[in-house]
Amino acid sequence: MSNKSSVEPITQQYVIPGTDFTRAGEASSKVKTILKRLGYDPDAIRRVAIAMYEGEINMVIHAHGGTAKVEIFPDRVEIALCDQGPGISDVSKAMEEGYSTAPDEVRALGFGAGMGLPNMKKCSDDMRVHSIIGKGTDVYMTIRVRGTGN
Amino acid sequence: MTVKTLSELLECNCIAGHGGLERPVTGGYIGDFLSWVMGRAEENSAWITVMGNINAVAVALLADVSCIILCDSAPLDEDARLRAEENDIPVLTSSQTAFALALSLGRALGRC
Ligand SMILES: Nc1ncnc2c1ncn2[C@@H]1O[C@H](COP(=O)(O)OP(=O)(O)O)[C@@H](O)[C@H]1O
Ligand SMILES: [Mg+2]
Repeated sequence: MSNKSSVEPITQQYVIPGTDFTRAGEASSKVKTILKRLGYDPDAIRRVAIAMYEGEINMVIHAHGGTAKVEIFPDRVEIALCDQGPGISDVSKAMEEGYSTAPDEVRALGFGAGMGLPNMKKCSDDMRVHSIIGKGTDVYMTIRVRGTGN
Repeated sequence: MTVKTLSELLECNCIAGHGGLERPVTGGYIGDFLSWVMGRAEENSAWITVMGNINAVAVALLADVSCIILCDSAPLDEDARLRAEENDIPVLTSSQTAFALALSLGRALGRC
């Protein structure tokens, strides 16, 4: 474990543009492609892709965009999503399945089911949300690679 | 079963992503809310929906579903068609309802 953690990660940084739903998902797709090329476990890749896409979408819908930093280690992927949006007043409530403040026009696109944060939690092995009203939200997720036999 | 075989059995038209027609189908999921699909659809599912936008294609790609089946003749947006083409995500269309398609899918998979 300790020697694994000391391995230099492959680091990727992305800017997620605000209010552009058609471009949301580009960063997650790129990360997915990289992980596939590196031969990561498909289940881990899928969890990274879903968790990151939900996070991207949240920054587009709720926070006028933000940044994503992805660190790829041999045994895990760490994702940091940071925005300077309005923040979340009650994080535990936001984590509840079905809780959503998304407007109707966003729901018409298929988002806003209030399942994004719960999905991110389910896909990751560790997730932390730091949010300050008026300042922004940071979400940190760690997805461990299982089933590699090492 | 491949997407191609399923498309023939269900009498669908493939309107995009022909490059993915050999993908396997092992299950199904019905829904229009994208987060539900990402949270609940298993990989290699045929995803039955009316959501023909670019975000649906992104979800199909990221969640490893094998194809999108647009039921009730729901339309596919042009930018979504292009994204599906680019990523070999087969998009099938049918005039049938989600229920009718799910029944046929279940039969095709030997589940009912
Ligand atoms: N980055 C963010 N900035 C501000 N608010 C957010 C952010 N992410 C989530 N939220 C809040 O948490 C709620 C629940 O998020 P989520 O579970 O992803 O559901 P949805 O995005 O479908 O509304 C959102 O409706 C929103 O109020
Ligand atoms: Mg969300």
